[in-house]
Amino acid sequence: MANYYNNNEHLQFHLEHPMMKKIVELKENNFSDKHEFDYAPIDFEDTMDNYNKVLEIIGEISGEIMANNAEEVDRTGATLVDNHVVYAKGTQENIDAIIQAKLFGMSLPRKYGGLNFSMVPYVMAAEIVSRADAGFANIWGLQDCAETINDFGSQELKDKYLPLFNEGATAAMDLTEPDAGSDLQAVQLKAHYDQEKGKWFLNGVKRFITNGDADISLVLARTESGKDARGLSLFIYNKADDKMIVRRIENKLGIKGSPTCELVFKNAPAEIVGDPKFGLIKYVMSLMNSARLGVGAQAVGLAEAAYGEAIKYAKEREQFGKPIIKFPAIFEMLSNMRAKTDAIRSMLYETARFVDMYKIYDNISKTRKLSSEERKEMKSYQRLSDLYTPLLKLFASEYSNEIAYDSLQIHGGTGYMKDFPIERIFRDARITNIYEGTSQLQVVAAIRGIGNKSYLKMIKEYENIEVAPELEYLKKILVKLTRHFANISITVYNEDDNEYVDFHARRLVEIAGYLIIGYLLLLDANRDIKYKKSADIFIKYGRANITKNISYINNFSLRDISDFKM
Amino acid sequence: MSYKILVLAKQVPDTRNVGKDAMKSDGTVNRAALPAIFNPEDLNALEFALRVKDKKGDAEVIIITMGPPRAADIIREGMYRGADKGVLITDRKFAGSDTLATSYAISLAVKKLAPFDMVVAGRQAIDGDTAQVGPQVAEKLNIPQITYAEEFIGFSGKKIQVKRRLERGIEILEAEGPVLITVHSSAANCRVRNAKRVMKYKYARTEIELQEAAEDYIEMLENRPYLQIKQWSVTDLNADVSLLGLSGSPTKVKKIESVVFTQKNSTTLSSSDSDINKLIKSLISSHVIG
Repeated sequence: MANYYNNNEHLQFHLEHPMMKKIVELKENNFSDKHEFDYAPIDFEDTMDNYNKVLEIIGEISGEIMANNAEEVDRTGATLVDNHVVYAKGTQENIDAIIQAKLFGMSLPRKYGGLNFSMVPYVMAAEIVSRADAGFANIWGLQDCAETINDFGSQELKDKYLPLFNEGATAAMDLTEPDAGSDLQAVQLKAHYDQEKGKWFLNGVKRFITNGDADISLVLARTESGKDARGLSLFIYNKADDKMIVRRIENKLGIKGSPTCELVFKNAPAEIVGDPKFGLIKYVMSLMNSARLGVGAQAVGLAEAAYGEAIKYAKEREQFGKPIIKFPAIFEMLSNMRAKTDAIRSMLYETARFVDMYKIYDNISKTRKLSSEERKEMKSYQRLSDLYTPLLKLFASEYSNEIAYDSLQIHGGTGYMKDFPIERIFRDARITNIYEGTSQLQVVAAIRGIGNKSYLKMIKEYENIEVAPELEYLKKILVKLTRHFANISITVYNEDDNEYVDFHARRLVEIAGYLIIGYLLLLDANRDIKYKKSADIFIKYGRANITKNISYINNFSLRDISDFKM
Repeated sequence: MSYKILVLAKQVPDTRNVGKDAMKSDGTVNRAALPAIFNPEDLNALEFALRVKDKKGDAEVIIITMGPPRAADIIREGMYRGADKGVLITDRKFAGSDTLATSYAISLAVKKLAPFDMVVAGRQAIDGDTAQVGPQVAEKLNIPQITYAEEFIGFSGKKIQVKRRLERGIEILEAEGPVLITVHSSAANCRVRNAKRVMKYKYARTEIELQEAAEDYIEMLENRPYLQIKQWSVTDLNADVSLLGLSGSPTKVKKIESVVFTQKNSTTLSSSDSDINKLIKSLISSHVIG
């Protein structure tokens, strides 16, 4: 009888962030929907109460239905029947519960049947679901595709497809192909326009497509000849047209409930989203950013699950006459796991708020002209979203792996058996630092922010916030480390060699991450003193790692790279 | 005319999590120590009713509960899951009612809602475990009843078909409405709360609750009549007071004992066939199994 929202006090803490007032008031546009929809809120408090109540439903479904199904879903996975996906029994039960609860389309406007929720509770829902079953979190999270249709589709497309989400339509985004993985410019699936029929048609193969047999698929396809990004456009394929088959379902290490499909499109009719040629450079980029936020949420949910399993086991398991949690080697691991979980969660919701603000202004700008003040704010939040998303994806996914690894370690030999959930969590976590851009690619996206000093600027802004006297000592550590960060960045860039910057990129990006997350935990502790412990542990952990990275760079010269070249 | 389904539900103390302070010294339930919940089998009953509604399309589900003012929580919970309306039967004069007095009051409320096609209730409540109220209501209404229902199968013409769970098997019955059905815990679990309905009905209030509500909510409730939960007293039901409460309840609690299970004696058996044979025979003869 677990409720994964109510039994996790940290979620309420992040939901009640002071910035929510502004977010909600902008999102609800003076609460004007209340005249038209009987489930629309009347004021800020009412909206927050709605968020709470709806997250409670998700917490209940996650704790009582999804978590109970997770083991069976992991064991059986989805199956291929007559070239179509049949979900595991538990997966279908999860979907049915979500449909009954009317939770799909959570962030869509009410006029399309959505709940018009801000990004913060929407991302929180993804975290809660991931804690129960990270594989299912993909099927849940792909409702992001609705956002893309809402942001870029024509009115006709919106009217046709968006209402289907809340009714229960599932979604997929079909990007990857055998020769186009990280490098999506190489996509070859062909789209051609048939003048006679007045329609687009798709032909070709997609691979590694999560939930590939969904009701509504967004497909990236080549509309122009050549091989560059500007020849790609985005389409909607409707499963009802029955012109696409699933050739196989991959057999994976983890997230087994989420079917990963190879798809063959055979003259499949499709409808174009937005303008041709903007498929990759605009629409998919936007979709990828929200997908990365989704993976961040997934990683935090997995971290919470792994930590929960570890603490339970460490309290119950006795060796040498006492519970193993009493041994320094174990409690150190557990406290670091707790601090890292708090750390990535704080990063997750900070990023979600930035994305929220940017997207809300972007949507308002479609109905009225923004004031110059608002436009400035929108640009600033867009920049922050772009800065924080790769950092979040990097840290959250790597930490969820580390936390799952340590949790399994605490279980000892038992953890290596199939008897406890941790082995599943461990396997599930492994995908988070691979898909939607590997950790290495997140570093590529983030390194620009080091070069142009954007991260440094943001860190300086945190520095200006006053904290309680009992937290000053932590701030002092961060201020000092920030100076080191500025100096080591200059050292690396002074070499004036791109390869040298790329070689040390991860070390630099990590330093920025330790500082930003350190400040976020400090601010959390400033808002609620119970986070002081995690802030203290994490900032000291960050200090040790920053020192290590700086030492490595300082003792490394440009010509040392040749030793590494293969 | 739309098909009308009445669901009888009860707010009960959560006896599944009983601690040592569950009973007061006078032998009554210590309600303060136990959280108040939707009686579990009444949730199965609500799901049963909602499935009938899904099948019929044009149907209305009304939830009826009798209890103190806070039992309105049950009605809101029912609305979150799909009930259309609710009625709270509340009056101090009902206090102390046993199953006979309760079924009298509920049958009056059901009659007041006539015409109806179906009454659905949980088999029994976890606080009393009597399983009497449903059948008694059917008798007082003089309508057929199907107890221990496990599944709504469908309609055959005007008749509803229901699968019953019995100790040694199942039985499929059909009956022409109006009919009363009590639903067993082996029936389908109740569907989850619907997010939109939660946001829509969370301000649903009874008259008593409205008296404590802030000014602006009263205005909102006037604009949204679906948020008003009907509240009926003894007077509203035209009930004979002598048939209610303690005076209307022939069941009297004579004594309550706190039973603590202790091990009295033990027998050691070997793993030989003859010893196991003996054990099985003794278990059968003492009706532990078989």
